[in-house]
Amino acid sequence: MAKIKYIEFNGKEHEADVANGLSVMEGAIQNDIPGIDGDCGGGMSCATCHVYINDDEWYKKLPEKEMGEDDMLDQAYEPKSNSRLSCQLIVSDDLDGLKVHMPEKQA
Amino acid sequence: MIKTDAVIVGAGPTGLFCAHQLGIIGLKCEIVDNLDKIGGQCIELYPDKPIYDIPAVPECTGEELTNNLIEQIKSFKFNFHLNDRVQELKNENDKWIVKTSNGKEFETPNVIIAGGVGSFEPRKFPTKSAEKYDGKSVLYSIRDKSIFKDKSVVIFGGGDSALDWAIELSKTSKITLVHRRDEFRGAPASVQKVKELSESKVINLMTRYSIKDVKGNGSLESVEVKSETGESKVINADYVLGFFGLIMQLGPIAEWGLNLDKKTIPVNTENFETNKKGIFAIGDICTYPGKLKLILSGFHEGALAARGCFKYARPNEKYRFEFTTSSSTIKDRLGVKEND
Repeated sequence: MAKIKYIEFNGKEHEADVANGLSVMEGAIQNDIPGIDGDCGGGMSCATCHVYINDDEWYKKLPEKEMGEDDMLDQAYEPKSNSRLSCQLIVSDDLDGLKVHMPEKQA
Repeated sequence: MIKTDAVIVGAGPTGLFCAHQLGIIGLKCEIVDNLDKIGGQCIELYPDKPIYDIPAVPECTGEELTNNLIEQIKSFKFNFHLNDRVQELKNENDKWIVKTSNGKEFETPNVIIAGGVGSFEPRKFPTKSAEKYDGKSVLYSIRDKSIFKDKSVVIFGGGDSALDWAIELSKTSKITLVHRRDEFRGAPASVQKVKELSESKVINLMTRYSIKDVKGNGSLESVEVKSETGESKVINADYVLGFFGLIMQLGPIAEWGLNLDKKTIPVNTENFETNKKGIFAIGDICTYPGKLKLILSGFHEGALAARGCFKYARPNEKYRFEFTTSSSTIKDRLGVKEND
């Protein structure tokens, strides 16, 4: 279990307890947190669960991107070098306290 | 005005199999899809990826599945309206009048929405100022490449479309290719070619930049790009092209007065009708308790929705359940010969 903080583009914060094994995207969907769509259901084929990891320490701590994630991020709205697809971030105790910032929109 | 028993919105696997089920019970349908080809997500997103959960088909690709579904409905000779999008739905005397963006009109008692997660549209530039030039000098696809001759063209993107057009147009135009990172996701040969053209100064290659603004006075004059560190540059441009892939948008479906739950349409599980009489939703776009976004679920939903259409299309007839193995009527419809 990890406490994840989801921060909307307008600054509104949401905190959710997300069970280990779920993705950060699923944590948002299951808790009705706006700002993450996850259209493809987590298959890394849509780029609508795009988030920024603004804290550099956290960015480095996360598992590295697998092949294909950056390709998909090319198609996201306003990708930056600290962009991730939240469907690829699998929750474990290690992610307790993670903060993700949502982009202005997903599509 | 085309009169038919049902209009299917979306030519993905769910829409195709629903057409089969309509054909089996003797109904006609017309199928509309925004893409230029049949197959929906199967053909657009994963034509070569194997699928392992189609019942009785241990493994097939999106393309094979699509081809088999097309083969399965061939005898019904249903019309496909590709590159077209259902724009408007209006109820007139208990019939639905369906209008498409290409100006086609249908009159039908039944509309079956099998639209997946919506229609595929090119992803556009995030900058507001680009909207003004949309379709004129800011483009997301190319119809006539001759318009770029001797012009300055700035291309954004890192996939095959961006690379291929940069290479092709560099023969007759002044090309700048802008991409947000150093790696490209296009075919290695194209990446190599672009790098060569960049070294020989044929293409101006700018990586780690993204669009900031487009500027002009009536007509487009330049595009401003920014790096993540905030540095910006201005490039003269007659045309700006963006190739960021396709996104799925619900589009006009949201305007039809249907109940919506996020981007999905709630239906009943008896016949997959929505809150509007005669409008059904099947496949990824529908939702109900326990909904699974699987192709096989879409097949089931389409079979039941087709029966749901029958009572509106043939109000004076009674629907009779038949098996394809034994019914000679169905075999006639399928155009198969009885061999006994």
